[in-house]
Amino acid sequence: MTTMTRNLPRAGAGTRVARAEKPYVHPYAAGILLGIVLFLAFFITGNGLGASGGMNRLLVAAQDVLMPTHIDRVPYLLDMAGGDRNPLDSWVVFISIGTVLGGAVSGWQHGRTKLEINKGPQISNRTRLLMAFVGGGLMGYGARLARGCTSGQALSGGATLSVGSWVFMFAVFAGGYLVAYFVRRLWN
Amino acid sequence: MSPFPLPIDTLLGHWQSYIVYVIIGFGFGYVLEIAGFGKSTKLAAQFYLKEMTVLKVMFTAIIVAAVLIFLASALGLLDYSLIWVNPTYLWPGIVGGLVMGVGFIVGGFCPGTSLVSAATLKIDGFVFVLGAFFGIFAFGETVSLFEDWWYSSYMGRFTLQQFFGVDAGVVVLGVVLMALAAFAFAEWSERTFGKGAVGKQPRWRLGAALVLVALAVVTIILGQPTNADRMARLESMQNDILNARAVQIHPAELLSYLNNRQVVPYVIDVRGEADYNAFHLPGAHYVPLDEVLTHAEVLQLQPRNTLFVVMSNDEAAATQAWRILNAEGIANLYLLEGGVNRWLDTFADAEFQAAYRVRAGGDDQLAYAFPAALGARYDAADPNPAAFAGLEYTPKVTLSVGRGATGGGCG
Repeated sequence: MTTMTRNLPRAGAGTRVARAEKPYVHPYAAGILLGIVLFLAFFITGNGLGASGGMNRLLVAAQDVLMPTHIDRVPYLLDMAGGDRNPLDSWVVFISIGTVLGGAVSGWQHGRTKLEINKGPQISNRTRLLMAFVGGGLMGYGARLARGCTSGQALSGGATLSVGSWVFMFAVFAGGYLVAYFVRRLWN
Repeated sequence: MSPFPLPIDTLLGHWQSYIVYVIIGFGFGYVLEIAGFGKSTKLAAQFYLKEMTVLKVMFTAIIVAAVLIFLASALGLLDYSLIWVNPTYLWPGIVGGLVMGVGFIVGGFCPGTSLVSAATLKIDGFVFVLGAFFGIFAFGETVSLFEDWWYSSYMGRFTLQQFFGVDAGVVVLGVVLMALAAFAFAEWSERTFGKGAVGKQPRWRLGAALVLVALAVVTIILGQPTNADRMARLESMQNDILNARAVQIHPAELLSYLNNRQVVPYVIDVRGEADYNAFHLPGAHYVPLDEVLTHAEVLQLQPRNTLFVVMSNDEAAATQAWRILNAEGIANLYLLEGGVNRWLDTFADAEFQAAYRVRAGGDDQLAYAFPAALGARYDAADPNPAAFAGLEYTPKVTLSVGRGATGGGCG
């Protein structure tokens, strides 16, 4: 019975059979849930959360296959994949795998999984994708520079009261607010 | 010892233990998605003060987790010294943070949220992930140009409670109050700049705020456990181990590990300076008994296959050091049976013993009078293991993988 109603096209939703897009959870409620996940990560494993580290190791694993001799010459890469070291043998890789799975399941469950581009009203898809790539590049570079991203530094280090992570967090917001005015056309 | 964090490596096996991380990551991705963090426009709105979702979710998560972590620690459930605290590299952190802030507003995501976005088929999220891979690749290729700076301004495991010189609970309460003030500002800002785009705020948030403040106050009242608290709690367990002589290892067993490439021995010599200068084992770390507790932080940063061995002249000071370090959660911790005196009785040649063994010993004082302060340059400091291969002893060392953080951060 439930499946039937779910598959019925809704008024105004067109004739495509799709899950109706549900509203997001209230920010405070989501924050409490995220805090509990973060706490459990520390409580059970002693490690926090992370994302860019997992992406880093996936990348290094690919490099290790494509150009192993290069890996063995760069100390930074050597540390992760030199000799018989397996760059994927790290908890943070599995956090990232879980993150993708969790996002996919929730998106599907709440009818928010659809092929689309989210952007401000004034720019073309091409500009948005170009900026996404540039922004991603800056994020990736900055995250390695700072030894962690929003998850691995700001959330994890913030909750464990690391001085460096709190300074880092303010730097991220400062960087964003400093530049926001100049790129307002992208989003408004 | 506090039961958490769990030794999941030992409980589940190395690769199987990663299942736990997949489950935690699943929860992480799920929550990011239901918060709306898969949508770049929602994230970017933060920087135009119209919708402060990012600030609200992030700071709520941080204060909830901080309260729970330090409350669990105050209750003796969680060992804070075993959880990963991001080490501080001040300037690389600041510059990296600024670069990321720019990347955030230009690209509309941070790495974690872009994974969620790509998982829900947002093309901009997918392209952002590609960009992030490129940025990470570029960093790996260029870091050698400024590696000295990247390792500069290192302050180690440096916490806000150390910085302010107050109990962790006080910092937690301060952070909670600061976050609540930030939320009040955020709601004002949404009303002013967002012009009602954000719906009404639920009333329960006030109750939730009160609960967090109350838990932070409880954390302050309980206080974080000191080394003395932990030793008191562990006393009977430590007595059982010490009385069973389960951790006192024979000199020959230590010698075998000093010459073993599979494990990293870390010898801690807790005797006075004069004794250490007179004679010590090669590579032994000079850590007087009253400095052992502060040295525990250094030990916690050693690789996981490290074998820690404390020693004194006999056993009394070494036993005390063992109790202190055991209470700090140091794994693979042993002490040298009979101390330096037994070591010399075992490995010094008969001639040396006849000439310099001047006292009966047993009072944790040096039983040998050395002709010169040669430290580790005496033959007996570095005996040839082959020459003593026939010595019989009961092996006691069992190396466990340990527990707690493995590398943490975004390592």
